Amino acid sequence: MTTVAPPAYDDVTEEFEPVIGLETHVELGTRTKMFCGCPTEFGGEPNTHVCPVCLGLPGSLPVANKAAIEATIRIGLALNCSIASWCRFARKNYFYPDMPKNYQISQYDEPLCSDGWLDIEVDGEIVRIGIERVHLEEDTGKTLHIGGATGRIHGASESLVDYNRAGIPLVEIVTKPVPGTGARAPQIARAYVTELRDVIRSLGVSDVRMEQGSLRCDVNTSLNRPGDDWGTRTETKNVNSLRSVERAVRSEMIRQAGVLRSGGRIIQETRHFHEDTGETTSGRSKEEATDYRYFPEPDLAPLAPDAAWVAELKAALPELPRVHRQRLQTAWGLSDLDMQSVVNAGAVELIETTIAEGASPEAARKWWLGELSRKANETGVELAAIGASPRQVAELQKLVDGGKLTDKLARQVLEGVVAGEGDPAAVMQARGIEVVSDSGALAAAVDEAIAANPEIAEKIRGGNQGAAGVLIGAVMKATKGQADAKTVRELVLSKLS
Amino acid sequence: MIKKTAAELGALIASREVSSEEVTRAHLDRIAEVDGKVRAFLHVDEAGALAAARAVDERIKNGENLGPLAGVPIAVKDVLATEGVPTTAGSKILEGWKPPYDATLVQRLRAAGTVMLGKTNMDEFAMGSSTEYSAYGPTYNPWDLSRIPGGSGGGSAAALAAYEAPLSIGTDTGGSIRQPGAVTGTVGAKPTYGGTSRYGLIAFSSSLDTPGPCARTVEDTALLHAVIAGHDPRDSTSIDAPVPDVVAAARLGATGDLTGVKVGLVREFSGEGAEPGVMASFRETVDALAKLGAEVVEVSCPHFLYALPAYYLIAPSECSSNLARFDGVRFGLRAGDDGNHSLEEVMSLTREQGFGPEVKRRIIIGTYALSSGYYDAYYGQAQKVRTLITRDFTAAFEQVDVLVSPTTPFVAFELGSRTSDPYQMYLADLFTIPTNLYGGPAISVPSGLSEGLPVGFQIMAGTLRDDKMYRVAAAVESVVGTLTPPAL
Repeated sequence: MTTVAPPAYDDVTEEFEPVIGLETHVELGTRTKMFCGCPTEFGGEPNTHVCPVCLGLPGSLPVANKAAIEATIRIGLALNCSIASWCRFARKNYFYPDMPKNYQISQYDEPLCSDGWLDIEVDGEIVRIGIERVHLEEDTGKTLHIGGATGRIHGASESLVDYNRAGIPLVEIVTKPVPGTGARAPQIARAYVTELRDVIRSLGVSDVRMEQGSLRCDVNTSLNRPGDDWGTRTETKNVNSLRSVERAVRSEMIRQAGVLRSGGRIIQETRHFHEDTGETTSGRSKEEATDYRYFPEPDLAPLAPDAAWVAELKAALPELPRVHRQRLQTAWGLSDLDMQSVVNAGAVELIETTIAEGASPEAARKWWLGELSRKANETGVELAAIGASPRQVAELQKLVDGGKLTDKLARQVLEGVVAGEGDPAAVMQARGIEVVSDSGALAAAVDEAIAANPEIAEKIRGGNQGAAGVLIGAVMKATKGQADAKTVRELVLSKLS
Repeated sequence: MIKKTAAELGALIASREVSSEEVTRAHLDRIAEVDGKVRAFLHVDEAGALAAARAVDERIKNGENLGPLAGVPIAVKDVLATEGVPTTAGSKILEGWKPPYDATLVQRLRAAGTVMLGKTNMDEFAMGSSTEYSAYGPTYNPWDLSRIPGGSGGGSAAALAAYEAPLSIGTDTGGSIRQPGAVTGTVGAKPTYGGTSRYGLIAFSSSLDTPGPCARTVEDTALLHAVIAGHDPRDSTSIDAPVPDVVAAARLGATGDLTGVKVGLVREFSGEGAEPGVMASFRETVDALAKLGAEVVEVSCPHFLYALPAYYLIAPSECSSNLARFDGVRFGLRAGDDGNHSLEEVMSLTREQGFGPEVKRRIIIGTYALSSGYYDAYYGQAQKVRTLITRDFTAAFEQVDVLVSPTTPFVAFELGSRTSDPYQMYLADLFTIPTNLYGGPAISVPSGLSEGLPVGFQIMAGTLRDDKMYRVAAAVESVVGTLTPPAL
C-alpha cells in the first residue's frame, strides 16, 4: 500500500462532517463490589480482594449492590435521564480469562437510565449532548501477558490474571450520536468528558481518575460528505486522558478522511489510540466480532426502583458543576471570557481549592493559568497532574506576599515544586533561593554599581530616572537575582537624589 | 436399623436410645456392603460423617435440642458445593475440585445436625434422565441392577432404595428429583422455585434449578423440606416469605381424609406417550383419592404440550452461559497446558476433554438458540411459551388445589436402551417439565408397581403451596404404603 500524506485538518473539516459519540465507563466508589462483599480498594496484592462470587466459582451467585444502583440512578438523574421503573441485568457472553464467569453481568435492552442530556459550554456557547443510556455492569479482572512481542494475548508465553478488579461496579454512559459539530468535534468531545467527569465527581460516587482507570472513554467517530448519510463509525479505545480524547477524535477524523479521499471504505472496527504517536491503529474488526448472546440474567431479580425513592434522590442532588461555576464566576469577579479560559484550562477546581487554602482569587488564577498551564502544555499533561498542589500554590503566594520571594524567584521555586522537590519552603532551602533583604549587603551592592557606572549615576542625579534600569540590572546581577527589584530601585534613587 | 425412617431414627437419637454414631456406622457399613453393585456414591466421607455424628451425640448429651433430624445420616447430590469435600457435578472437568465453601443448603443441613455420608452420582451437570451420563459411570437401580435409577439424581434416589441413606438431597431442573424417585419407588419433592436456596448449587439452568428433599416416606421428605427451605439473602431469586408448614400438611394427609380437596386431572396428559401399566397405576390412585373424599375434576392446560420443546431451548440456553466458566483457568481440569498451546487453546482443549457428549450437545443447542438472529425465534419464543404455561397453571389452580399426573411415562428402563436417541431420553421428563417452567412445587410418591417395577404419582401445586402437595402425597402413601425392593 502506498503511503499518502494525511490531509490537513482544515481540509478535512471543509470536505467532511463528523459525527461523534462517546461511551464512558466509570468505576463507582462503593465500599464493596457489585455482586459480593469484597472491598473495591485500588491496589492490594493480586487476588486478595476476591471470594467465590467474584471468582465465579461453581455454585456461587450474585446479589446486586444497592449503593451501586443508587449511584447509577443519581448519575442518570444528574444527566436528565428517565429512570426505568422496571429493568433487568443481562449476560454478555464471551470467553476471556479476565472474566471469571466468561460472561459479564451488564444491561442490554433495559438500561436503568435512558434518554437524557448534558449541557456543556464550548467557547461561551452551550452545546447539548444527548445521553442515550446509563447502565450498570461489573468490571473485569486484569490480565498481564508475559512474553511475546505485543504484550497482548497472542504470542504470550504466560498470562497472569488479577481478579481484584473483577466485579467492581461500573457505570456505562453512552451518548446519542452528536452530529453538526464540524471542526469543533475534538474540542466538544473533550469538553463533554470533562463536564461529565465534573458532574460525577460532584455526586461523590466515583473519584473519576482517568490515570487510574476509574474513568475510561471510548470514542466513536464517523465522517460523511455534506448531504450524505452518516458514515461508518469506528470505536477508538485506550483513550486515557482528556487531552487524548481530543487528539483521538482529531486523528481519527484525519485518518478516515484520508481513506475516503483515496476512494477507500471505512471498516467498522475497534481501534487503539496510542498516546505516544497520537494515532490510532486497527484492533479487532466488528464485522467478524463476537456474538455476545445477550439474555436476561436469570440469577438476579429485576430492578424496580420505587418512584418515591427516585424522587427523593432527585431532590437531594448536589449543585451541579455548571451552576457551581456560575456562582464562582460571580464570587471571583471574572468576565465570561476570563471564566471560559479558566474552564478550558481545567483549572476551576484547582483555583477554588487554592483560594480555600488562603490565596486571593487573582493570585490563584495567575499561577494556574500562567506558569502552570504553560508547563502543562509544554509537557502534555493535565493541569491537575502537573505536580503542584493547590496548597503548595497558596503557600508560594504567601511567601511572595510576605516579601520572602519576588515574583521571579517564586517562579523558580514553583519549578522545583513541579519537579517534585517538595513544598515551596523546602525548595527555597534546598536551592538556596531567598530575597536579599539584608539592607547592608544590598546597599553595598548599590554603591558598587554606582561606582562602576559614574556616567549613568550622573544622569540620574540630573533627573533622568529612566536611566536607573541599568544600575538596577547591575545590582540584580550581582545578587544573582535574589534582590527585590523594587527595593533596589528605591535604594538607587535615594542614594542619587 | 437401616430400614427405619428418618423420623424414627431422629427420635431414637434424640432420646439417646441409639447414638448418631451407631446409626451412621450402620449406614456406612451398608454402603460398603452394597454400593459396589449400586454405585450411588461418588464420594463417601466416612471420617467426616463419623466426626459429625460424634459431635451431634455430644451436643444431645449436653441437652441441646437440635430438631427432629439431628444425627440422621444424609446423602447429598454431588452438584452442591461442600467445603473441603470433592464436588464434581458428575463431570471430569471438576475432578478433584474441593470447594472452599459450603452451599447454603449444606450449611442448613449441618446446622440441623444431619450427618453427611457423602456425595451421590448424577448425570453430568444434572443433564440426563438415567445417570448414564455421569463421567464416573452409571448408578444401578436397586430394584433391578440392569435398569437405570432415573436421573439426573439417580444416585440420591438409589441410595434411598438401597437403604444406604434414609434421606438425600436432589436438584430438579426438569424432573431430576421426581423421575428418579418414581423409578426407584421413593419420594422426591421439588419445592417452589425460590423456596430453597441455590447458593452453592452448581448451575445447570438458573431459572429452573430447584434443590429439594428425597426420602422413603412423605413425612421424612417433609421434615427434610422444613430444614432446607426458607429465604437466603445470598440468592437473589430466593423468596422472602414464610415456608408453608409442610410437616403438618403431611401429617394431616396421612390421616387419609381428603374431604374438601379438589384434585385436577390434566386432560392433555390423559395417557398418550405413557406405558399402559403406568396409566393403570395412575388411574387406580386417582380412584383411591376420590374414595378418601377428594373431588376429582378434569382441567385443560393446552400449552403443556409445548413444554418439552420450550424447556429444551431455555435450559440449554442458560446452561451454555452457566457452563462457560469451566475453562481450566481458575479451578478443575486444565488440558494442554504444556507450553505448546496458547491460552485460548488450553481453554478449548479443557472443555473438549472435560465435558461429556450430552453436556456438549446442550451447550451447542443453547449457544445456537441465543445467537443473534435466532434469539427471537428460539429463546424468545420459548419464553413466551413459558408465560402461557404459567397462565395455564394459574388458571388451573383457581379451580383445583392440586394437579396430578404420572411422574414419568415409563418405569425404569434398561441401561443403554435410550442413550442413542436423545429424544427418547428427553421424553422421560414429559410430565415433570411443565412445573419447572411455572416454578410451582411438585412431588412424586409411589403409586404401586407395574411389571414388578415402581410407578410414581406426581402431585403439582401452586407456588408457595407446597403444603397442599404434601397433604395429597401423604394420603396416597396412606393407601399405597411404602415399596420394598428385592434384597440386593
